[in-house]
Amino acid sequence: MNTQNKIASPALAATTASTASSLLAPKTLLLLALLILALLLPLIVKDPSHQNLAILILMAAQMGVAWNIVGGYAGQVSLGHAAFYGLGAYTSTLLFTQLGVNPWLAMLGGGILAAVISLAIGWSCFRLKGHYFAMATIAVAEIIQIIFTNWEFAGAAVGLTVPMDKQGWATLIFSEKTPYYYIALGLLLLTLLASYVIEKSYLGYYFRAIKDEPDAARSLGISLSKYKQIAFAVSSFFTAIGGSLYAQKELYIDPGSVLHTGLSIKMALVSILGGVGTLFGPVVGAGVLTVIEEGTRSLFGGSGRGTDLIIYASLIVLIAVYYPTGVLGWLKQFIARRKAMQAQGGK
Amino acid sequence: MTWEIIIQTLASGVLIGLIYALVAIGLTLIFGVMDIVNFSHGEFLMFGMYSSFWLYALYALDPIFTLPLTALFLFGLGVIVYKLVIRKITNAPMLSQIFTTFGLMILFRGIAQFFWKPDFRTVSHSIVSGTMTIGGIQIGTPQVTAGIGAILVTTGIYLFLTKTRAGAALEATAADKEAAQLMGIDSQKMFALAWGVGAACAGVAGALLSTFFPIFPEVGANFILIAFVVVNLGGFGSVVGALLAGVLVGVIEVMGGFLLGPQYKMALVLGLFLAVLMFRPQGLMGKV
Repeated sequence: MNTQNKIASPALAATTASTASSLLAPKTLLLLALLILALLLPLIVKDPSHQNLAILILMAAQMGVAWNIVGGYAGQVSLGHAAFYGLGAYTSTLLFTQLGVNPWLAMLGGGILAAVISLAIGWSCFRLKGHYFAMATIAVAEIIQIIFTNWEFAGAAVGLTVPMDKQGWATLIFSEKTPYYYIALGLLLLTLLASYVIEKSYLGYYFRAIKDEPDAARSLGISLSKYKQIAFAVSSFFTAIGGSLYAQKELYIDPGSVLHTGLSIKMALVSILGGVGTLFGPVVGAGVLTVIEEGTRSLFGGSGRGTDLIIYASLIVLIAVYYPTGVLGWLKQFIARRKAMQAQGGK
Repeated sequence: MTWEIIIQTLASGVLIGLIYALVAIGLTLIFGVMDIVNFSHGEFLMFGMYSSFWLYALYALDPIFTLPLTALFLFGLGVIVYKLVIRKITNAPMLSQIFTTFGLMILFRGIAQFFWKPDFRTVSHSIVSGTMTIGGIQIGTPQVTAGIGAILVTTGIYLFLTKTRAGAALEATAADKEAAQLMGIDSQKMFALAWGVGAACAGVAGALLSTFFPIFPEVGANFILIAFVVVNLGGFGSVVGALLAGVLVGVIEVMGGFLLGPQYKMALVLGLFLAVLMFRPQGLMGKV
């Protein structure tokens, strides 16, 4: 432990020293401006369909940030995260409709249940590496989907409906979009905060060590499975809460909407598009992906001929092949190149 | 439960399992040579089915006779996909590789939907349509033909890999890319060959299926997960392993569906998959 502290401390000292000056850095100011814009957006954008698009982006971003904790920082590519999203959605909805539990508490309950289940999955799957872990998570998620599709209590294939009779902050049901917008924004900020704290704490160092140099990490005495489990549990917890919010917003869930593989893929895709293993990458990716998705759907989806799928998929392939570091990585390269060119020009 | 039912169920499990094996062999070939998991493999099967269907619908050619043509189409498609896309991600991080083939999967489904609509299509009158009775049990002739076809093609692939120079070069590349390159084997060519042969395997499986299975853009989804299971069960890169595992998965699936109800058969297969990953990650035939 001592040696690890010694290794970590210069880096930590460097970050704390730079924190004060970085408060006024252009990056911080930009983030602050974006936050204010996000807070004021519903006052500017009144059209419900545009507000809905904004909520979709926030929810996709939240999923991505949650996925990124295990898939990005710790490098354990889960392609079964829809299982946790669905568990959150189903748990909170069942607690609310069957037992009358307050949705806020029910949400928390869903998150905790998902984290506990992730421990069980992680316990058995974390000995697998790379492709094998990814495929195992797909299989687990498929099995959970099959169970829910056939489980009468959970509405089976028909799904569950949340009754709309009592609206307000106590029941988390609203007929307008604006409250959902702020809840989604709050949840995203909370998930980002958790992700930020992890990134800056010793956990972040351990996660990156596990991702990049698993053997070296192990030789330093880091328990790989313990820290993978922590990453997985935190990630599942927030993913499940996102699922609960989805249920409250749509007031209807079924295995096709909250448990399918496409959703798992989307969570990972959002991170990859933006920049995997970075704090804001998933947020950027969510913006790009959701706009592409909804845009192609509204422009070409009506034909029922899959044009939207073709454009969407072509973009995925192009980005995966040509920009594997995502939008943020590309941006960094672009800025670095500009700076280099300016430096040359100055001489 | 009578003996006839048990034998009949077993037989249909074995027959569909042979098809699974063929799909999985294509997948394992690509993985073995390139270390890339092809998520769009089910779509090669789908294209194989459509190739058979259109040759049947437009030119009244039977899927059984056009099988070599379908194999050729899919070989070409596999090579093209490699040259245009996969070649660029040979050394990319795993995540980019997963998302590239995953994107191809959605792209291929979109293309099928665009050109051929999302309808279910069937080949209604093949020369192998109907049923036959063997030793007191009734089995569909298309299934028997498909099973036999799958065995023949699998044997062919096995002989190709073990008896020909190209096959040996492919196996060498799979075993050690650098060493194979030092021996003068062009690994780029081998990768292209693996994609061609891999896609052709899936395409032939699709052609064999087309005489008794509905054809639609998403049909590959049914097969890709099973192919993953078979590949893992058989051991990555093993043709014989894939054949045995395919048959085993087919039997378990059909028997499970019969005993537990069809809605749980996939859960059973996936449970088996997880058990294998946990307890025998090298598969049944894989080397430790």
